[in-house]
Amino acid sequence: MIKRSFIGLLKPRLEYGSVAETPSLKQIPTPKEITLLSNCPFDKKNLLLKKKETVKTGQKLLLYKESDEYVVSSVTGQVSSISSYTGDFGRSYTAIAIEVADDEEIDDEFKSVAGGSKDASLETIKNFLAFAPGNPPVKLFSDKDKSIDTIVVCCADSDLLITTNRHVVKSDIDAIKNGINILKTATKVNDIIMVASQSQMHELSTTGEKINQVNDTYPSALPHLIMKDILGKVVPAGKNPEDIGVCFISAEAVASIGNAFNSGQIPITKTFTLVNKDGSKSLVSARIGTPASDIFKAFNITLNENDRIIFGGPMKGSSVYSEDHPVQPDTDAIIVQDKDDIPVISDYPCINCGDCIRVCPVNIQVGMLVRLLEGGYYEEAADQYDLYSCIECGLCSYVCVSGMPIFQYIRSAKYELDRSNTAEATNNG
Amino acid sequence: MVDNNRFVVSHAPFWHDGSRISTRNYNIALAALPAILLGIIYYGMPAVGVVSLSISSAIIWEFVFCRITKHSITIGDGSAAVIGMIFGMLLPATAPWWLVIIGTFVAVIIGKQIYGGIGANPFNPVVVAIAILMISWKDIFDFNEALINYDLDFAMVYPLAALKHFGVSAVDSFSMGDLLMGKQSGGIGSTFGLGLIAGGIYLIIRGIIRWEISISFLAGVFITALIFNLTDPARYAGPVVHLFAGYTLIGAFFLATEDSSSPVNFIPMLIYGAGTGFLAVLIRNIGVYVDGVIFAILIMNLVNPLLDKIRPKAIGKVA
Repeated sequence: MIKRSFIGLLKPRLEYGSVAETPSLKQIPTPKEITLLSNCPFDKKNLLLKKKETVKTGQKLLLYKESDEYVVSSVTGQVSSISSYTGDFGRSYTAIAIEVADDEEIDDEFKSVAGGSKDASLETIKNFLAFAPGNPPVKLFSDKDKSIDTIVVCCADSDLLITTNRHVVKSDIDAIKNGINILKTATKVNDIIMVASQSQMHELSTTGEKINQVNDTYPSALPHLIMKDILGKVVPAGKNPEDIGVCFISAEAVASIGNAFNSGQIPITKTFTLVNKDGSKSLVSARIGTPASDIFKAFNITLNENDRIIFGGPMKGSSVYSEDHPVQPDTDAIIVQDKDDIPVISDYPCINCGDCIRVCPVNIQVGMLVRLLEGGYYEEAADQYDLYSCIECGLCSYVCVSGMPIFQYIRSAKYELDRSNTAEATNNG
Repeated sequence: MVDNNRFVVSHAPFWHDGSRISTRNYNIALAALPAILLGIIYYGMPAVGVVSLSISSAIIWEFVFCRITKHSITIGDGSAAVIGMIFGMLLPATAPWWLVIIGTFVAVIIGKQIYGGIGANPFNPVVVAIAILMISWKDIFDFNEALINYDLDFAMVYPLAALKHFGVSAVDSFSMGDLLMGKQSGGIGSTFGLGLIAGGIYLIIRGIIRWEISISFLAGVFITALIFNLTDPARYAGPVVHLFAGYTLIGAFFLATEDSSSPVNFIPMLIYGAGTGFLAVLIRNIGVYVDGVIFAILIMNLVNPLLDKIRPKAIGKVA
C-alpha cells in the first residue's frame, strides 16, 4: 500500500509498475471443478443448459431460450449445477459449475466456423469470443445505437498492481498484431489507436501502428482520461466512451482474438496478478472458472478470519465473500489483504481539508458532493455537484483524512438514482 | 472445500494513504510548540499554567459534551487539544484561570460542538472564543496593562496598542528582528514571529494547512498596510509592523487556515486570505479595535461558503 508522503503538499503519486517488474508466469493445473459466471440473471424457466450435460473444452454454451448470452467452457466435463449468484449492488448472475473429467476433448465448432485469420467476420467474433480472456467488447461492434468509429487498444493496465496487459504485450506481440488486423477487417473501423505506457513503446513499435503514450501514474490509464488526454475528446457526464463512438479494448482481448483465429480455438486461460499478503506479486495463468482457493493452495497462501480477497485492482476492484470465487475473463488480479492491513473506514464527518478536491482528476467538488450524498440528496448531488462527472477512480476515498467511504457513497448514489429512474420509466410507460 | 472463514467484504478502494485526523492535529500542535516555548521562556510558570489549563479544559469540555449528548467520545482526534493550545497562545500570560475555562467552553461547545462537532463549525472555534472574550473583558486583553509587572530585556510594549494610541513614532523603536524574536508584548504564543513562521512552513510542507490562504493573507496585510503607509506615513505604520505584530502571524498560519471554516478551491482561498488581510489592517488602521485579525477572520469565515462557489467546472459537465 502506498502511503502519504512526508511532504503532503505534493499530490500522491501512484505509479503503475514498469515492464521490468513483471513477475514470471506460473501455470495453475486444471482444477477439479470450475464455475463460470454469466452476466445474465438466473432464470430457471428458460434454461437451455441442463444439469449432467457433458461439455467439451472451448465449447460455447448458450444459457437461455431467446437470448444470445453464452459462456465458453474452459474444461471438459459435466455440468454439476446451475445456480444464481449475487454480486455487488445485488446484481444477479448465473453460475454454471462444471465437474472436470479426466480426459480432455477440444470442441471444434469454432474451428469449423472461423476458418483462418483472413476469413474472420464480425459475426464469428460476436458469437464466440465474448467470453475470451480480457472480455472483448464484441457487442459494441454490432450495436446499432452506437456507431463505433474509433477503437482504442489499451496496452497499459488501468488499475495499480495489475500486469496482465503488460505481460501480453511482452510475451505475445504477434497475437496482438494478428488481432488488430482481424479487428480492422471485421469491424471496418480504420481508426485504431494504440495506447501504451512509456516502457512498452519499444515492444509495440513492431506492430507498425501509431502508439500514443499514456502517463505512468494512476488514474491516467482509465478510459475517460485517455479520451480526454490522448484523443482530445471529453466524454459528457454520465456517458461512456462508446456513446461517442469510441470503443476501448484491452491488449489482452486483442491478443485473445488474434490467438483464437490463429489456432482455431477459443482461448480459455486467463493471466492475472496474484498479490500475497506481504505484497509480493506473482503472475498466474489459470483456466477461466478456477476457484481462487485452488490458486491460494498452489501458492501456499492461508487465509484467516477477517482477511480480504479482492478481485481486480486495489482502486477499482471488488472484494468477494468466498474463497471459491472463480477467476473470470476480466479478473486481472487477485489481491489478498491481511486483516491488519485493511484500512479502517470511519464514521467521521468531512473536515473540509480539501484533499479530495485537489486529487480529483475531473474537478468535482467532492467535499460538497459527499455532504449531499450523506444526507441522501442524490438528485441535488447530480444537478449541482457533478455526481455523473465522476469517472470512479477512487482517489477521493484513498486520500480522505476522515476515512470516509466517498467512492462507495458515489457508487450507491448512482445506483439508487438509476433504480428510481428505471422505476419511474416503468410506471410512466 | 468447506469454507469456514468469513472475510471482510467492503468496497473499493482497498488502499488508503494512511492520513488521519489525529496525525493532522498532533502535527499542528507540534508546529505551535516553538512559539509557545519562547512564550514560556519569557513569561515563566504563569504561561505554562495558562496553556496547560487551556489545553486540558478544552479536552474536558469536549469530553463532557460528548458524554451528555451520548455521542462517541472524540477527544482522541486531537481537535479539542489543538483548540485549547491555540486559544492559550492568544492569551496574555496573566490571564485568570476562570477566563481560560470560560474561553475554552465558548470555543469547544459554542464554537464547535453545537454545530455538530468537527468539520461542521462555520467559524474557527478559537476565533469565536477570543472575539467574545475580547469584547467582554477588554482589560485582560490590554497586553500593556496585563503584562505590566514583567521586566524583561526588551520594552514591554504591545506594538499595535502603542500605534493606536501614540501614533507611528511609538513603534519606530521596534526593529523587524525584535518583532521576529518575540521582543514585544502580546499573547503567550503569538509574539515569536520566527517560531510561528517555522511552524507554518512545516504545516504547509506537510500539506496540513493550505499555503494559498497563509500567503494571500500575509500579502493582503502587506499590501493594504503599504497603501495606507504611502498615503500618509505620519498616521499609518509601515507593513513590517503590521506583519510581525499582534495576531498577524498566528492568524496566517494557525487561525485563518482552520479547515472547516476556510475555502478549499484555489481562487476562493486567495480571495479569502487576501480579504482577511485587508480587513485586518482596515480594522487596525481606521477601526476602534487595536487588533483586527480576529474580527477579519470571523467576517471572512462568514463568506467562506459563498466564496467556495467559485469553482472549476467539472470535466464532462454538460451545459
